[in-house]
This record gives sequence, C-alpha cells and structure tokens, in this order.
Amino acid sequence: MHPIRKQRLQLVMLIVVAASIAAGLIAYMLGQNANYFYTPSQVVRGDAPMGISLRAGGMVVENSVVRSADSLEVSFRVTDGLENLEITYSGILPDLFAEGEAAIATGKVDSNRILRATQVLAKHDENYTPPEVADAISKAYQLKQQNQSPSQGSLQ
Amino acid sequence: MIAELGHAALIIALCLAAIQTVAPMLGSFMGYSNWMRLGYSLPLGQLLFVAVSFVCLAAAFLSDDFTLKYVAQNSNTELPSYYKISAVWSAHEGSLLLWALILAGWSAAVALFSRTLPLLLGARVLSILGAISVGFGLFLLLTSNPFERLLPVAPLQGADLNPLLQDIGLIVHPPMLYMGYVGFAVPFAFAIAALIGGQFDSAWARWCRPWINIAWVFLTLGITLGSWWAYYELGWGGWWFWDPVENASLMPWLVGTALMHSVSATEKRGVFRSWTLLLAIFTFSLSLLGTFLVRSGILTSVHAFATDPERGVFMLAFLALVIGGSLMLFALRGPAMQKVAAYSGWSRELMLLINNLLLVSAMTMILVGTLYPLIADVLELGKISVGPPYFNFFFVPLIVGLVVAVGIAVFTKWKTTEGRLLLQKIPFPLVIALLSALFIPLFLGADSQLFSYSLSAALTLFLAVWLIATIASDLREKIGSDRARMAKLSRSYWGMQLAHSGLAICVLGVGLSTAYDDSRELRMHPGQTAQVANYQFQFVGTDKIAGPNFTAHRGHIRVLQQDQLVTNLYPEKRDYNSGGQVMTEAAIDPSLTRDIYVSLGEPLGNKAWAISLQVKPFVRCIWLGGLMIALGGLLAAIDRRYRRRSKHSSAIRGGA
Repeated sequence: MHPIRKQRLQLVMLIVVAASIAAGLIAYMLGQNANYFYTPSQVVRGDAPMGISLRAGGMVVENSVVRSADSLEVSFRVTDGLENLEITYSGILPDLFAEGEAAIATGKVDSNRILRATQVLAKHDENYTPPEVADAISKAYQLKQQNQSPSQGSLQ
Repeated sequence: MIAELGHAALIIALCLAAIQTVAPMLGSFMGYSNWMRLGYSLPLGQLLFVAVSFVCLAAAFLSDDFTLKYVAQNSNTELPSYYKISAVWSAHEGSLLLWALILAGWSAAVALFSRTLPLLLGARVLSILGAISVGFGLFLLLTSNPFERLLPVAPLQGADLNPLLQDIGLIVHPPMLYMGYVGFAVPFAFAIAALIGGQFDSAWARWCRPWINIAWVFLTLGITLGSWWAYYELGWGGWWFWDPVENASLMPWLVGTALMHSVSATEKRGVFRSWTLLLAIFTFSLSLLGTFLVRSGILTSVHAFATDPERGVFMLAFLALVIGGSLMLFALRGPAMQKVAAYSGWSRELMLLINNLLLVSAMTMILVGTLYPLIADVLELGKISVGPPYFNFFFVPLIVGLVVAVGIAVFTKWKTTEGRLLLQKIPFPLVIALLSALFIPLFLGADSQLFSYSLSAALTLFLAVWLIATIASDLREKIGSDRARMAKLSRSYWGMQLAHSGLAICVLGVGLSTAYDDSRELRMHPGQTAQVANYQFQFVGTDKIAGPNFTAHRGHIRVLQQDQLVTNLYPEKRDYNSGGQVMTEAAIDPSLTRDIYVSLGEPLGNKAWAISLQVKPFVRCIWLGGLMIALGGLLAAIDRRYRRRSKHSSAIRGGA
C-alpha cells in the first residue's frame, strides 16, 4: 500500500475506534443517569424497580403533609387519582410546594414502596402542571373509566 | 392605536428584509452594483422599523394596555416601571421581537462597518442576514404576534410578571444572551457568502474575526449573568444545573470558542479552512437550536408541542432549512476550500486542533444528553430526565484536558515547535503547579486538618496554577526586564492572556466552591445558633415587611466568627399580591474568598423556621473568571491590526 494511503487508513481507523468508544461510553452513562418517571399507581403496584434512582409525582394529597416536630423530616402523599404514593424527604421544600398542587420527587423506592426522595420539585407557576403529572393523571383517569368506577369528581 | 402602529412597523420591516434578501443577491450574480449597494442601506431602514415596533410594545407595557394579550399575560399595574420594560422580553413573543431587533442591529452594524469589504462579498453577507430576518419576521407575524388584541373583553388587571423574573439580572441577561446568539449570524452569513462565491482566504478570516469575537463576548457575558442570577435568585445557592435551557446556551458557546480559535489559524496560516466554515455554520445552527428548544415549548412537553404545533413546526422547518441548506452548500463547495499547509509536531496548529477536538466533543455529549429525553419521549421509551452526573462525567475530564493543553499551547509556535524548547519551558510552571496542588489544600480545608485534604481541590489548584504560571512565564519571556516591550505586545495577545487567566480563575471558583462547599438545612427557633464551616449563625427572628407589589417575612440572622460579628443577613420569603406566588429571596454576604448564603425555607409554627445556611468558598471566582474571559475577547476584538488593515483596503477602494 502507498505510504500516504496507509497513513490515512490508520487515521481513519483511529477515528472510528475513538468514536465508537465515545459513543459506547455516552450510551452507558446515559443508561446509568437517566431517571425514568413512574406514576403513583405504578410504584404502589410494584411496577417500579426498587433501589434505583427514579422520579415519581402527582398531586399532593390534602392534609397529607406531616412535618417532624424537631427536624426537617417531612412526609406527604401524592396521587394520580387511583393510588396514593407515600414520599419522605429531609430538607426544605420548594416555594411552590403545596397541598392540592403538583409535585415531582426524585429518589429511590424502598421495600415498603415508600419513595425516599433526595429532591422534590414543585410546579413552576400557577398555570402550569408538569407534563409527567398531567399524563399520569389522565392515564389513571382512563383506567378508571375502563373499570367503570363512578367516582370521577375527585380528579382535578 | 400604538399597538397597530407597532404591528404595521413590523410588517414594513419584514418587507424591507425581503428586498434585502433578494436584491443584493441577484445583483451579485447579474453584476448590478446598484442592487448590491441596496444591501447596505436597507438594513438601516429595517432597524428603524423594528425599533419603532419594539418601542410601541414597550409603550403598551408602560401604559398598562391590557387589551394586548401579551401585556395582559406578563404585566400588572403594580409592577414597577423598570420591570414593565423588562417584561417586554420576559416571554415568547416579546423575546422574539427582541431577537428580531438585535438581528436588525447586527445587520445595520455590518452594513455600516463593512464598507471596506469587497462589494460582492458584502452584498451577499447582507443578503443572507436579510434572509434570516425574513424567517424571524414571518415567525413573529404568523405564529407569535405580540400585538394580538384581547377584544372585545379586556381584563382590568394583568396576570403579572413571574416574580422570579422581577430582578435586575433578568433585565440584562436575555439581551446579552441574544446579542451573542444573533451575533453568530454574522460569521454564518460570511461563511455562506464565502461558499457561494467559492472564495475563502486569510482576508476573509481577518474580516470575520472581530465579529466572531464580539458575538462571543456577549454570549460569554450572557451565560455568566445567567449563572449569577440563578445563584442568588433561585434561593438555594446552585450556579449551574445542566438544565436544558442552560445547555442550549452553553453549546453555541463551546463551538463558538472552537470557531474563534480555528479562525485564528485560518487567518495566520491558512489552515483548517473548511473546518472553520463548518464551525461557523454549526455555531449559528446551535444558536437557532437553542432558541428553538427554549421557545417552542418542546422542553416543557413534547405533547404541548404536538397539540399546538404551529410554532414548533415553523421553527423546526426553519431550523431544517438553515442547517440542511448550509450543510448542503458546504458539501458541494466546502472541500474545494481546503488548502494543504504543512505543520508538524507540537505546532500551534496542532494545539488548536486539540482545542477544537475537546470543545466539539464537549458540545456533542451535551447535545446528546439534552436531546435524548426528547427523542425517548417521542419514541415512547418513557419519560426520562438525564441527571448532572452524566454531564459531569464527560465535561470535567474534557475541561481538564483543555486547560492542560492551553498551558502548553502558549509556548508553541506556528508551523513547528522544537521539542527541546518545550522541554525547557514546561518544567518550571509544572513544578509550581504540582507544589501548589500538594500543599495549598492543606491550608484550605476545615481547621487545616490532614483529613480534610481534598483531591478535587488539589486537581483544581494544579490546573489553575499551571495555567497562570504558563501565562506568567510567557509574559516574562516576552517582556523580560525591558518594560518598553510591554507596549509592543498586541491587544489580541493581551486579550488571549486575559481570557486564559479568566479560565484559570473560573476553574478555581468551580473546583474550590465544589470541594469546600459547606451547607446545612435545619429547623431554627429564634435565639438558636448553628455552626457551618467556621461561622456561627444566630437566628434572631422574623418580622413582616411590605414591598411595592409583595409582602414578606424577613428573617434576621447574625453571623459570627470567634464571637466577632461578621455581618447581619436579612433573607426574605416574599408573597406576591397578584397570583399569590411565594418566592425565596436569599441574603448573601459576598467576598472574593467566600460567600455566606442564607435563605428562609418555610415557617414551621411556634416562630420556628426551616433555614438553609451555606458557606461557599471562592464561588465568586466563577463569575469573575467569566467577566475576565469576556473582557479578553473584547480586547482581542479591538486589536489595531483589524482597523489598520481596513484603512489600507479603503485606500485601495478609494483609488480604484
């Protein structure tokens, strides 16, 4: 082979190898750090994996927020209209967090199917519901319709 | 009435932009120099009419004209008037109008300051800028008209500006960012004009460089301001979140940085020609993509995008046209531009190539991480968010490599550098950096204990000191003992050294504030004291205060160090009258070596509050570094050589 061609071939090989390593690494890291969203029903039914970081959210149930008396431990429940998911968190809740409003928590589900959150996000303004939550609620609503359950008024 | 005037002005501006697109381009092919010269006057008219339109919208905000849908959604009679002005660009329609105004401004600037360009090239550049204006004008008028009326029933009161946006940072941040985004339209237009004409040489690179630099300076300032705003306004002390909106601004910055380095090699040595053109195309494409991501609503929901597709589809089509069209043109003409110029070994060309490789890799992995959740959602793979560890995993090593390379690059020469020379120069800064990395962390940790030795702090200090030491030793070599030689060094040289020093300071801030960040969130009763780092925080209590359009609980926290009062901090929890939004206003005691950051959480009853106490060493260096980087870019842009060259060529033109 012509030496220049050989040099070029080596360069191309190098680029191909480097690019494949980079692509593989990116794919792997994406897999490791992608937090999937689960609805409260999915978590309570046990469809969500345990011990893996994930996101879950819904509407915060009225009167479900309980603060510990001597620390910043807090627990609350979120619902998609079908099931209530218990979430515990330690720290300051965001400004827009409120009962009856949407919230999304990131964390791990334990063996009692309680989500231990490392981060809690609340909706961004008064007109906006996070799309994941809206989606979860509409899915739950459809499921309810299929089961011909009459209680529709509880959904907002 | 004023709104209709603004609407009409916008339509006229669109018509002018359309003529600006067609006439100079046609003229350039037919050889009509009158048509080509038209390209130089039309941008001024376009700027005038877009400005009129913008002033009309601002006037509508100032006069609380809630018959305008956009004003009703984003303003309120109680809003202070300076926020009414900034509310103009607080949401979709107005910020696009600002985009159009800035684009018209850049086009007018090119028309005014590029009279020394060959007429053929100048006319084509302005024609392409006109085409981009047409795209945005159509987008504004067809899908996002800020002058849309809410008739017949107009509300008596507006919905108010989002309290988060009621802040000085948000008055300045978007215009800066847009100046950068839109500014990259100029090198893009230059690149397309070069591809159309098939002519691309060092002169092209020299014309283009100041424009690239200025746009890049604005983008740098915009990102720095945005990070600073997030830090003090979002109330929890973070300064970068790897949020898609932030990524959207970082990607064009990374490629823009690669572009400004690659174009220097193109100017000085005539190498990387087609690569430079490609980078110019990419930088502007990423600016457009950023606007698209932030403004189409696709980030909040792919479904919102699908149910209200008008805007998204228009933008996607525009994006496809710009990227597809320019890449097609590049594929046809680009390779012919390449000229083989020899360089070897550790030449400056090779170092710039490494710089480009690292920056473009960083951009690529951010692009993948940002778009992956959108693609997964479209393909029904589930709703995913990509966490910061993904971005940090790739970004940190790439930046470490970049900083090491910048230090070496300072010593390299064009064409080739003798290995022996490098071996002479590198050991001194290397040893200083290693010693700093080894010993300084011993004194920075809590109570100077050996256990608190931080490896990430050591790495940070190595990088920052390495960079500063290489810069210093290069300066010492260039200046020596003769002060007079200082004046001979060009502004672009000083600009480079200042920007690279800024990078070192920024790295220092990022690394040390991350390594030594100390924070606690706790429940505090009035009178209670807590310890964070080596400061005592005493919670005195809260009182109620009233602002122009909010009421607030204001906390009082005394900060002490060894029983000496350091400062009194008054964080607020604000309750906005309209809409009932609650917002945290942190209180910060800033200094170069550490920030004390205090914010109120929520009332826990019995006068107790959830309180966040943070001590952030060197966090201010992040933005100081950003400012130095921007200033360095500015210095390089006003180098005498660009002006001297233009005088020279205008003399030729005058004589011809």
